[in-house]
This record gives sequence, C-alpha cells and structure tokens, in this order.
Amino acid sequence: MKILVLAEINDGELAEDQTSKTVSAAATLGEVDVLCASNQCSDASKKITKMANVENVLVLEDDLFAQSLAESYSETLIDTIRSYSHIFAPSSSFGKNILPRIGGMLDAMVISDVSQVISEDTFERPVYAGNAIQTVQSTDKIKLISVRTSNFDSVPLTGNAITKKIDCATKNTLTTFVENKIQASDRPELTSAKVVVSGGRGVGSKENFEIIEGLADKLGAAVGASRAAVDSGFAPNDWQVGQTGKVVAPDLYVAVGISGAIQHLAGMKDSKVIVAINKDEEAPIFQVADFGLVDDLFKAVPEIEKKI
Amino acid sequence: MKILVPVKRVLDYNVKARVKADGSGIDLANVKMSMNPFDEIALEEAIRIKEKGDAEEIIAVSIGVQQNQETLRTALAMGADRAILVVATDDVHNDIEPLTVANILAAITQKEGPSLILCGKQAIDNDFNATAQMLSAKLRWSQATFASEIDVEKDKVRVTREVDGGLQTIDAKIPAVVSVDLRLNEPRYASLPNIMKAKRKPLEEISPADLGVEMTQRLKVLETKEPGSREAGLILENIDQLVEKIQENVGG
Ligand SMILES: Cc1cc2nc3c(=O)[nH]c(=O)nc-3n(C[C@H](O)[C@H](O)[C@H](O)COP(=O)(O)OP(=O)(O)OC[C@H]3O[C@@H](n4cnc5c(N)ncnc54)[C@H](O)[C@@H]3O)c2cc1C
Repeated sequence: MKILVLAEINDGELAEDQTSKTVSAAATLGEVDVLCASNQCSDASKKITKMANVENVLVLEDDLFAQSLAESYSETLIDTIRSYSHIFAPSSSFGKNILPRIGGMLDAMVISDVSQVISEDTFERPVYAGNAIQTVQSTDKIKLISVRTSNFDSVPLTGNAITKKIDCATKNTLTTFVENKIQASDRPELTSAKVVVSGGRGVGSKENFEIIEGLADKLGAAVGASRAAVDSGFAPNDWQVGQTGKVVAPDLYVAVGISGAIQHLAGMKDSKVIVAINKDEEAPIFQVADFGLVDDLFKAVPEIEKKI
Repeated sequence: MKILVPVKRVLDYNVKARVKADGSGIDLANVKMSMNPFDEIALEEAIRIKEKGDAEEIIAVSIGVQQNQETLRTALAMGADRAILVVATDDVHNDIEPLTVANILAAITQKEGPSLILCGKQAIDNDFNATAQMLSAKLRWSQATFASEIDVEKDKVRVTREVDGGLQTIDAKIPAVVSVDLRLNEPRYASLPNIMKAKRKPLEEISPADLGVEMTQRLKVLETKEPGSREAGLILENIDQLVEKIQENVGG
C-alpha cells in the first residue's frame, strides 16, 4: 500500500482544513505522501510537513498548477500518481474536479464523498442526498477516494515530513484560466467554522440578508444560505449549503427562514446542535432541529443579536 | 456543431428515498422516476445554444433500463433532435457506474462526432459527480465542470464555474465536455404540441455490446443502510430561551 494525498492549494494558498482532514482520513490506512503542486509552494509545503502521519511532501512548483485546472494534474502527473495504490483528495470543488478525471485516465472508479474509511478497499459514502449510507468495496488496483472532510478531524501538527522536489514534463494545452471572482472575507471559512448562521428564501432580499450577517458576526460565525436564497440573488453561490453546495458540521448551525428540504438537510444534518427560526411551525426543519423558535425572523433575529 | 447530452432516469427529487429492509439498496419499485435535474439543465443549455444558431443538432442519450425511453421522450419533447437508448440492464436497481457510463458515451462520441458534450454535474441518486470528468479524460478532451455560464465561441467555450471560493472562468478548447450546475438556467417545460411531435422523432435502441463496451462494476455495494437519524428537539417559548441555548452552544 502506498498512499498519496492531493493537497488543495489555491494560488499558493493551502486549504489547510480540507487538506489536513483528508490526510487524517487517509492516515486510517497508514503513513501518507502529500502532493503539493502550485505556483508557489514554500508556504504550503512548510505547513504540510508539520502534519502528523505525512512521510514525504512531493513539491512541484510550476505556474501550471496556480489555478488547479484538472488537466494540469491528469495530463502531467499521471505517472507519479500511477505509482500509488490509494489517492485521496478532499471532496471540495478542487477534488471533485480533478479526481474523476484521473479515474478516467487510469480506468479506475472514483469513490466520492467518503464519510468513513473501513479498510484498504472498503468505504462508506452517503447517497441520495444523505438519505442512505452505502458501504462499497473497490476492486480497482488504484483506489481514488474523495473525502467528505466534515466527517474527519484535522491531524495534529506534530509531523516532520521530508520534502522532495519533483518535475513534470508536458503542459496543459486544453484549458486556460481567465479569471477568478472570489470575495475575500474576514469571516471563518464555511466548511470549517464552529458556528454557521444560514438564511433562506424567508429572508426576502439581499439587503435583508444583512440581518443574517449581523448575527453571524456577533457569533464569530460563517454565513451560509439555502439554494433558494442563492438562486434569488440574496447570497453568493459559495455560501450554499446542501447536496450540491457545501457540507458543514459545525458545533452550532442556525437556520433562519429555511424550510428544511432534503437537499438542504444533506449539507448540515451532521451539525452538533441545530437551531431553527421559522414562522411556520410545520416547517420540516423543526424535525431535525434541537431547538426551534416559531417566530418572524425580522423580529427575532435582531433581538437575538442585541441580547447576545 | 453537434451537441451530445446524456440524461439519466432517477428517483424524482421530490420523492424521499427509502432503504430496502434487507439492506440491499433503495426501493425503486413503483416510485416516480424523472430526468436527473442537472441533466435537464444541460439539455436546456444545449437547446439555447442551438436556438442561437451555434449548433445544428442535439442528440440525447440515456443508459439504463428499457423505461429510460420515457426520459428520452421528455428530452425530445423539450427540444432534442434525436435520441439513443442504451439498454444496459433489465433491473432498475442496477445502477451503472460513471466509469462504464463514460466508456459507453465515449464509444457513442466516436460514432456520432459531437464537438460539445453537456452533462449534469452529478446524478441525484448516486451523487458521484464523476461522469463528465471521466468522459473527458477518456476522450482526452478539455473539461469544464460546475458551469453557471457557458459561451460558445469559435474554437473554445468560455465557462464560468461555481467553485468553493466563488466563481472561476476558464476557456476550454473545443471539443469539450462541460458539466453544468444549478444556476446555469431554468429548464423549460415541454408543450403539448412538442410532446406530440416528440413521438415521431427518431429514438434508436442499442446495447453496450453493439458499441463494443464491456459492462464492468468496480465498486461492489456491500450494504445500504439508513443514516443515523436526528430526533426533533424542543420548540422554545421565547427569544430569551433561544439566546440562552445559542450561548450555551457557541464555543462549546
Ligand atoms: C437537484 C437539486 C439540488 C438541490 N440542492 C440544494 C442545496 O444544495 N441546498 C439547498 O439549500 N437546496 C437545494 N435544493 C433546493 C431545495 O429543494 C429547496 O428548494 C431549497 O432548499 C429551499 O430553500 P428555502 O428553505 O430557503 O426556501 P423555502 O422552501 O421557500 O422556505 C422558506 C422558509 O422561510 C420561512 N419564512 C418565510 N418568511 C419568514 C419570516 N418572515 N420569518 C421566519 N420564517 C420565514 C417559510 O416558512 C419557509 O419555511 C436542490 C434542489 C434540487 C432539485
């Protein structure tokens, strides 16, 4: 068994939480190597060498990897990747983009969204928006696993891995990067925040969403949203929680003006404590909430913010 | 330009999936099945591209059981020009893996010669999110996943992708495989006259063997079980109680 983790690095910046939790999932099976490919690697690779259970950090510094285009990995790194028996990546938009393409190249299935590593060939993963959990056994020679990071803890920073520089020969001639529209934010990252406050269609408008953001800031929380809120333009796409958005499992999840559709629950029902505020006492969100308040959000949320 | 759109028949998104008592899978007998919502969006986009004059023909493909014919008739009624049904199993509970689907689609691509393949980003049943990426790798084409905007230009598609940090725009050389996200468009409903017309549009039926593709399964499903469930909690009387509960659980 030889295990490789693809570190998620965006324009030189390591997605530390995602990468560490992926290492943690992979380390269930043994020591791992981590591929650190980006335009700037010094900062990211330094952080990775400290992660427990990491043996080698393969450093590949090349502009080709600045924007994590799938072809950069699959076309240029396939021989490196092929020398491992297990490839792990976070099941973020980074991992979901790259890993199945590697699967297509190697003629191996990808095991997406793994929530538990049972053995070297057996894994658990949610299907049907989390309405069922499947245990699957892979017969592939090389196993490709994307990790549902919200199900794993980070590894401690007690490691002392060895750094090895590697090269790649060919170039990505298929896709070119044009631009990113990424909003910088001082708030904690949605997928790793201890507290998340989310708003739904009930919030009514982009302006009103400030009520949600106000409460979130008071609590030091990340802001989330339902699909309906994002589709209606109240909130940006990267705030969406759910089957097709982000999966979160904070200590506290506050759902405001969200009805609790299956697809939304798929992204938050592993939260430790769920609080729901909704004016409709029949709203399905109350069936999963630990604490509910049946009230108008426009009255309740500002008052809660004041009292905290 | 020809556009290929694969469409999957799945449990309707409004129906709650029920795990079979013997742990062998999800019960799909006598339940409402529909086109995978993401595939509907992909098809809608293909139709809009054709309406703009950037494509001549849209071919819808479905892989699965005989009844996938209904899904293809829906696709034809929405605006696909013709359809290919690949009957790959006679049991609706037998989900075909993305890798095999990609092999079948790659073989159809060799035969039909599309320059653009529009896929849904994931099927809402197995939630793999893999077919488009695997297919583009098999074909060694460019890939653009999770599209919320697509502009077809002369020799490339400009795609805005929904990524974790926000939005990323890339240019993908044609031929390309693009997987679509929810916010790309709102699919149309098929009108009654179009549903009638669709009955006369060509629907070809083939088998994986006709395409020389072997049916393999790399992941053996050992068990399907219910997730751990949450109990409904307490409905609080007033805001003060809620404030207290929030404070107890922040930083706890
Ligand atoms: C393929 C597919 C994928 C999907 N993926 C996702 C996903 O990833 N994430 C996601 O969230 N959804 C997803 N959805 C959509 C999902 O099915 C629901 O439509 C969506 O979650 C509804 O959002 P909502 O709860 O904000 O809106 P609604 O269901 O409209 O609920 C609004 C709620 O606000 C309450 N409300 C209104 N006004 C007030 C007020 N003044 N005070 C208090 N409460 C108020 C109402 O009582 C209601 O319960 C997906 C759907 C499909 C088909």
